[in-house]
Amino acid sequence: MKISIASGKGGTGKTTLATNLAYLISQTCPVVLTDLDVEEPNSKFFIKGNKISEKKVFKMIPEWDKDKCILCGNCQKVCQFNAVIKLWEEVLIFDKLCHSCYACSELCPKNALPMKSYDVGKITQFEYHDIHFVEGKLNVGEEQAVPLIAQTIDYVHKKFPHDMLLIFDSPPGTSCPVIEATKDADYIILVTEPTPFGLHDLTLAVEVMRELKKDFGIVINRYGIGNDDVITYCKNERIPLLGTIPNMKAAAEAYAKGELLSTAIPEIKTALNKIIQNLKVCEVL
Amino acid sequence: MKEIVVISGKGGTGKTSITASFAILADTEAIIADCDVDAADMHLLLQPDFAQYEDFYSGFKADIDQEICMKCGKCKQVCRFDAVRNDNNFYDIIPLNCEGCGYCKEVCPVNAITMIEQNVGKWYISKIKTDTFMVHAKLGVGADNSGKLVAKVKKEAKKLAQENSKDIILIDGSPGIGCPVVSSLSGADYVILITEPTLSGFHDMKRVFELIQNFNLHAGCIVNKYDVNNEISDKITDFCKKNKIDLISKLPYDEAFTKAMTTGKTIIEYEDSEIKDKLEKSWKKIMKLTDGH
Repeated sequence: MKISIASGKGGTGKTTLATNLAYLISQTCPVVLTDLDVEEPNSKFFIKGNKISEKKVFKMIPEWDKDKCILCGNCQKVCQFNAVIKLWEEVLIFDKLCHSCYACSELCPKNALPMKSYDVGKITQFEYHDIHFVEGKLNVGEEQAVPLIAQTIDYVHKKFPHDMLLIFDSPPGTSCPVIEATKDADYIILVTEPTPFGLHDLTLAVEVMRELKKDFGIVINRYGIGNDDVITYCKNERIPLLGTIPNMKAAAEAYAKGELLSTAIPEIKTALNKIIQNLKVCEVL
Repeated sequence: MKEIVVISGKGGTGKTSITASFAILADTEAIIADCDVDAADMHLLLQPDFAQYEDFYSGFKADIDQEICMKCGKCKQVCRFDAVRNDNNFYDIIPLNCEGCGYCKEVCPVNAITMIEQNVGKWYISKIKTDTFMVHAKLGVGADNSGKLVAKVKKEAKKLAQENSKDIILIDGSPGIGCPVVSSLSGADYVILITEPTLSGFHDMKRVFELIQNFNLHAGCIVNKYDVNNEISDKITDFCKKNKIDLISKLPYDEAFTKAMTTGKTIIEYEDSEIKDKLEKSWKKIMKLTDGH
């Protein structure tokens, strides 16, 4: 079973929910927690653990072989991403713009653009009690999160048996990185806040999940801080409300220090256990 | 003219609430741009009139004409993104997987594949409640190319600023360090980092600062909710000193931000408070720090 935890808006509590659910569930069954918010992975502040392995992640980009090149310009013509530019008697490659489609390389009549690997980030695996924790982290300056997200998911699938519970902490938003992190999940939990910003971004995330034809439910974090519009929305849209996590300054303080809220604050542990119960009712767990 | 970009690395640090407050304080002197096109929220506080809009096209997706296709499977062989599906010897494109590279089109022996330009969203020019202009956008569901839409919003904001002789372009950037942020930063004169004193907030701020350094940009920092953890707040202050980041202000944890938001107002318009006072001082400081641009 693969559960992705996502949200339209950043900072709503995705990482809080992902790490705490992983921790609580791991007390009864083994769990793999994967941080796919590769631009800003934060789960590791809450799931510390021992490092088991680390590997660099590469994407493939073309490298210009001046001696073989006949300057026909076909590479520039086929590249849709402006990553290959022929300038006078030179071919320039813009690594960060390259999508690794191989078109320039394989369509070059002289094999003057062989593909070489290029380091974009790393995947690190940790162990913390009964949680297997995998983190994908993008190098600063790299613009494309998607290839790293895809490889991190691939890594998890190869490393762990298919029947294990996988929890993915997804990136925020509604564009390609989120799609990559949720498209293969069996169930999505959307985390939101009871505020106008929270509701607005939730409606966008819901549109994405409907487009992807996914089963999903909603968790409201910082419950009590704003208004009840999110609850009304869930009722009107017939979306299961899996639970609420109360708004407490103590929670913000525990979060700041990297404490798991389920161990630091009893009220929040109760709220999280309720969410787990509801996931069982939904036959997700 | 000065282009001021507000970013945060981590989401949910108060970036949009603070930027919208500055937009009110700037009054008619600034053009506002919401470059968080993935989850644009500024309109909830600034109430634009959505008066003018245009569709935004960017990127392509392949489409296979079944009448022409001779089912050779070459398209599937070359596609690195698993975007070509073969169902009972019937080839078609899975649009969500297609990156629009056009490799399949190049190798198709019978020209059965066309690349179709994608409508990825809309962008708007609106008047907001302070009677100035705001440029904003809405990315289509699941659309990519948000970096290009950000560039478009910025370009239009700049054009408006020139046409209307405005001195300031105030930009709400996106979270993260990826392509939309890189796009928000290009051409900026000053970057404001909004952070919170949490392990994750500090970590993400450091990452985004590393990115800013690649651009050789001058930055200032606002620590929001500084009293949630004084120890980390102090570390952030030290980090700013060491890296020559202007410490603009430290704002206390205050639920009035959210209360103001639920009434569709910025905290500046909501009620007199310590935060309001601090934000006014912050804006004055930013104006002073960016003098000469």
